[in-house]
Amino acid sequence: MGTVNVSREYTLKEKIYVIALFQGMILTLKRFIDGFFFRKHYTIMYPEQKRNYSQNFRGMHFISVDENKTENCTACYLCQTVCPAECITIVAEERNPATNSYGVRKEKRPLSFDIEALKCCFCGFCEEACPMDAIKLSRNYELSVTSRQEAVYDLKHLKREVKGRG
Amino acid sequence: MDTFILIEIVAKIVFVFAVCLGVVPLLVWFERRGSAWIQGRVGPNRVGPFGLIQPVADVAKFFFKEFWTPANANKWYYHLAPIFALVAPMAAMTIIPFGSHLVIGDYIINLQVARVDSGVLFILAFAGLEVYPIIIAGWSSNNKYSILGALRGASQIISYEISMGLALLSILLVYGTFDLHKMVEWQNQRFFGFLPAWGVLVNPIGALIFWVSTFAETNRLPFDLPEGDSEIVAGYHLEYGAMKFALFFMAEYVAMIMASALMCTLFFGGYNLLPGMHALVDLIVSVHGFAEAGRQNATAILQFLSFFLKVSFFMVVMIWVRWTLPRFRFDQVVNLGWKILFPLALCNVVIVSIVMYSMN
Repeated sequence: MGTVNVSREYTLKEKIYVIALFQGMILTLKRFIDGFFFRKHYTIMYPEQKRNYSQNFRGMHFISVDENKTENCTACYLCQTVCPAECITIVAEERNPATNSYGVRKEKRPLSFDIEALKCCFCGFCEEACPMDAIKLSRNYELSVTSRQEAVYDLKHLKREVKGRG
Repeated sequence: MDTFILIEIVAKIVFVFAVCLGVVPLLVWFERRGSAWIQGRVGPNRVGPFGLIQPVADVAKFFFKEFWTPANANKWYYHLAPIFALVAPMAAMTIIPFGSHLVIGDYIINLQVARVDSGVLFILAFAGLEVYPIIIAGWSSNNKYSILGALRGASQIISYEISMGLALLSILLVYGTFDLHKMVEWQNQRFFGFLPAWGVLVNPIGALIFWVSTFAETNRLPFDLPEGDSEIVAGYHLEYGAMKFALFFMAEYVAMIMASALMCTLFFGGYNLLPGMHALVDLIVSVHGFAEAGRQNATAILQFLSFFLKVSFFMVVMIWVRWTLPRFRFDQVVNLGWKILFPLALCNVVIVSIVMYSMN
């Protein structure tokens, strides 16, 4: 199979080129008038306007809380285990049985819960693995930070009182 | 030398350069906003009203960037090229007449920085100089993309200089003078009592060839092969950063202004009043009750205004064409220059000379 040459003879109108040039100029003039007089544009003026992403968009994680503002997480390590990027680090602790009003429902609690957002690939496996619906992925995509350290989110950052998907 | 004449010359130089460099940021702004409007975008609109301060902010940024020189570049030529690029079109601006004359007391001020008898030759000399910054920059940067850009630029500009020269020759035959001031005065007459005798109506093919050639000379988009972003990164100014790049950038726009002013002077009646402006002059004179000198001054100011409007129109057309046409392939550029424009310009010269000979 060699290269198949499909070139054709140009007509006189195409060869002169000036006609096509003026057609193009008129087209861009129309677009210019649209833009200049009628302010027609497809740009989303970002900080003021935001793109409406899908409900299924997977953004930054958060940890849901119950009615007492206590995190739902019981430090079962399932999310840390399933995480393909290994970005979740949990340190577990036992709740004080004397003051624990939840009983067997929340015997453990995370002492620290760190997510390194720079390592995260936003696959959502942690959300699927979680038996308590504690860790969830919000639709927040504005995650810029000024240093690597700031991209490590701890429990205080992640705990949010959010109904449904944030 | 008379003090008044000295002041007059300095004032004219300052005026021309100030207008020239003052228009550059506006032009950059319009290039960016205009392209955005054409492409359904918004463009820079955050700095200042309508983003008008954006080019100034850009230049301020360029000032504060690192002054960096490639290790193996030829330092002397490397630094010479951007200066050359800006100075050549600026120097050519000095002989463009932007008005007839002002009358102040007993003095008559010609609105042209330098009245050169052989004005067209002066312009050709400086237009020819525009190829040197490209070659010097490309060669001294010691970079293969730069040298490719320089090669392209050199061959392109030299090819188009021939058709540009022939187009100029055809219009020179009509005017019978090298002096730009006299050319503009020639275009002040009227055909059939109402049609302004602009060069474009006498010699439309010459005007078209000249206009196409100026695009190639100023490296504007259908012919911007020396830069060719998608193929050779940035061509001849690839190794330039900070203010040295900004000088190249400004030089492109100054060259645009120069080319538009030249097109306007040679083919579109120069500083002659636009149709309908004579009535405006009469109105101003009758309202203020000016004498002869006042009338002349009012005319000169309106002449500058109409010249400015005409030049602005051509600059807008240059930007408009840039955002309409894609870049030609190099063989297409050379074919257009040598196989189409050159024979066409030659035929045009022959026809115009026969017509002019038979009319005299």
